[in-house]
Amino acid sequence: MSVGVAELATRSRVHYLNESYGVKSWLLTTDHKRIAVLYMVSITFMFLVGACAAALMRIQLLDPAGAIVQPETYNKLFSIHGIIMVWFFLIPSIPAVLGNFLIPMMIGARDVAFPKLNLLSWYIYIIGALFVLYVVIYGGVDTGWTFYTPYSSTYSNSHVFAAAAGVFIVGFSSILTGLNFIVTIHKMRAPGMTWFRLPLFIWSLYATSIILVLATPVLAITLCLMAMERFLHMGIFNPAIGGDPLLFQHLFWFYSHPAVYIMVLPGMGVINELIAAFSRRRIYGYAFVAFSSFAIAFIGFLVWGHHMFVSGQSVYAGMVFSGLSFLVAIPSGIKVFNWTATLYKGSNSYDAPMLYALGFIGLFTMGGLTGIFLASLSIDVHLHDTYFVIAHFHYIMVGGSVMAYMGGLHFWWPKITGRLYPDKWARFAAFTIFIGFNLTFFPQYVLGYLGMLRRYAVYPAQFQALNVLSTAGASILGVGYFIPLVYLIWSMRYGRVAGPNPWRAKGLEWETPSPPPRENFEETPIVTEEAYAYPTRPRPARV
Amino acid sequence: MASAKVVPVRTYVLTFIALLVLLGLTTGLAYLHMGVANTVLALAIAVIKMLLVVLFFMHAFYDKGLTRVAMVLGLLWLTILIVLSSADVFTRNWTPVPHDWGPDISLQQKTK
Amino acid sequence: MSESAVTQAGRPVLEQHFADLPAQEEARKLGMWIFLITEILFFGGLFATYTIYRELYLPGFIQGSHLLEVKWGAINTAVLIVSSLTMALAIRSAQVGKRKSAIIGLLGITAILGVVFLCIKFILEWRTDYLHHLVPGINFDYAGPHASHVQLFFLFYFFMTGLHALHVMIGIGVVLALSYLTWRGRFSPHYYSPLEVTGLYWHFVDIVWIFLFPLLYLIGGR
Repeated sequence: MSVGVAELATRSRVHYLNESYGVKSWLLTTDHKRIAVLYMVSITFMFLVGACAAALMRIQLLDPAGAIVQPETYNKLFSIHGIIMVWFFLIPSIPAVLGNFLIPMMIGARDVAFPKLNLLSWYIYIIGALFVLYVVIYGGVDTGWTFYTPYSSTYSNSHVFAAAAGVFIVGFSSILTGLNFIVTIHKMRAPGMTWFRLPLFIWSLYATSIILVLATPVLAITLCLMAMERFLHMGIFNPAIGGDPLLFQHLFWFYSHPAVYIMVLPGMGVINELIAAFSRRRIYGYAFVAFSSFAIAFIGFLVWGHHMFVSGQSVYAGMVFSGLSFLVAIPSGIKVFNWTATLYKGSNSYDAPMLYALGFIGLFTMGGLTGIFLASLSIDVHLHDTYFVIAHFHYIMVGGSVMAYMGGLHFWWPKITGRLYPDKWARFAAFTIFIGFNLTFFPQYVLGYLGMLRRYAVYPAQFQALNVLSTAGASILGVGYFIPLVYLIWSMRYGRVAGPNPWRAKGLEWETPSPPPRENFEETPIVTEEAYAYPTRPRPARV
Repeated sequence: MASAKVVPVRTYVLTFIALLVLLGLTTGLAYLHMGVANTVLALAIAVIKMLLVVLFFMHAFYDKGLTRVAMVLGLLWLTILIVLSSADVFTRNWTPVPHDWGPDISLQQKTK
Repeated sequence: MSESAVTQAGRPVLEQHFADLPAQEEARKLGMWIFLITEILFFGGLFATYTIYRELYLPGFIQGSHLLEVKWGAINTAVLIVSSLTMALAIRSAQVGKRKSAIIGLLGITAILGVVFLCIKFILEWRTDYLHHLVPGINFDYAGPHASHVQLFFLFYFFMTGLHALHVMIGIGVVLALSYLTWRGRFSPHYYSPLEVTGLYWHFVDIVWIFLFPLLYLIGGR
């Protein structure tokens, strides 16, 4: 491999990755870009741990009588899978990695509002992760990621406190990140960057940050209450003294339902950027898409009781929550329609990020529609706690959020690392992931409809064929995720050097070198054009 | 911030006196038996005290709208939490419950 | 960068990612307000649960409330109100450029009042409750009617006042640290945002107590 002029220029140019060397320069950095990279590495590691748990679960379910583990162990597997994937992978993924890296750049700022707080957020994440890894090593927790009382507070013999402590701690990482983003977006936009010139990614992350700030503290106090009940036997949820276990569920889901919007809204934000760039067009209905993020954030706080339809909650409340849950589909639908309209007759190219974006639109729509089924009180009575629910949320979390994360990672990889990844492998991996994903989770819709219950280590024999299919799909999905892991790491050293704007996309982040310098911009940019100001092409006349 | 408004000492002292007066009022009212009005009045006084602290000690009266939006948002969300949770707890016996679901599905029945 | 303030000891305070000092100060204040919103929701979970249980078990909660001493609650409320005044005056002193000793004096009084609050709470109230066997999970033993609901009430009492006291302790620590920094000459009329931001936190802690007092001590007529 000969060293080209461009590569020499990169090597000699100072940017955020090479402006200082050494472990201390990374562990004590306040550069939002380096912190984003720190998060990227950390969440990838946690993803692998959570994925191992999932792999073991799928292997277990090959055999109706259970293939490899005892039910007690299986309970620990699904618990740790949920805890890690929700709090240590999905929630931080797009905000803490892509958000941290891109928000200052997209608004024309030199850093976030509170860079040291940003670093502290990462350290808090790591401490929370250490608690959870302790739980993994020392015997697990078996309450499910939902920690329902009285099992978690009274009867479980597993490491509930350590797991709850880990989640409590990492919650503060989220809160501080959200706080940082809100202040940054309000106070640090470059001259001329008015609200309606912001990329839609920023709108989505702003709405996400509001949810982070309003919902996460309630989770924190809920876990405290549960821990108090467990340790000091101070039973706020103990029926013996008049307590109500359902109140734990109300408090828990008041956070955890908005939490799923924390997980999906940033993904939607990424999709905006991908669709705009790869159809070379302004997103259709910009204002609608911008406000729909806030509508999702707001309505998302009003629907939590749909997780409790069969828990003993009042039927009246169930009806209220059911009706409100239908409402939240509307802003999501607005987004999907606007993306479709943007794609229609756009100058579309199908690089890997675009494939992930298209995958997102299709899979998120399927997941979202099945959410409507579950929002319907009468249907949910039959589908609650079955594999239908599992398929529903994996379609949104994995088919949606993870695909958006992968798409975003591929789209901004040249900016983050200054390197291009091999194009064909990327597209191949995207297809593999899509196929593997559908093979894994579509059978689960059927299984749930047929009555297979979730969180069981064994199941009736008639469900075996679909379970085997699902496990086969999971192995393909695993391969699909493994491939980018390899070529992305490979590209950091051997990939082609990227220019400032390999996709010829619009956006302030593309007007800096790749990788960017420490201060992002030599001079504060002055913004004069709208977001996604792609030249409009004259349409050919059609009959 | 050199350009920030300097609040006169008088404003702070008047706010302080008002807070102490309201404290005396709320404590005194607690010794009267007025049923639910006790709670309503106590909360109303607490809200007024909160507003005094927020507006004057915390400068929200002089600050831009964003801080006021922030406080209102927080309180609104707390209200959502309380109202919708209560919507469950206090309506459990609004719809008939089958006998074989067990006794006392509504907590309110338990207090008898 | 149009403004660069320096501390009285000569150190610059504007950070490089901000355009100018007012932008930095505004950002910090907004940051603290948002943090206070998270605190509203944090305490709010407790307030929500408390509200529901109180509605359900009002007789038991009245019983429990009558076991608390109104005078200590009222005195503590007054203590915090005075400390809010001294905190506000301390910030104002920095803002108008008063001598360091004035600022430190007012901050000191604020901290001392915080300690007074904690002493009344822990020594005169909690200790008494412990001696009367009213601490759930440790030695709760109440012989009157609605005992289980009284126990629920005291669960909330200890958790809510305990969490609040923890916040007061943190506040005292920060106020003392600020006193030290004031003595070192860090603040001036151009730069006093750490004081302002701490003031916001302190006033918030006061507001939480303003609600805790009637909700815990003044339930039902006495």
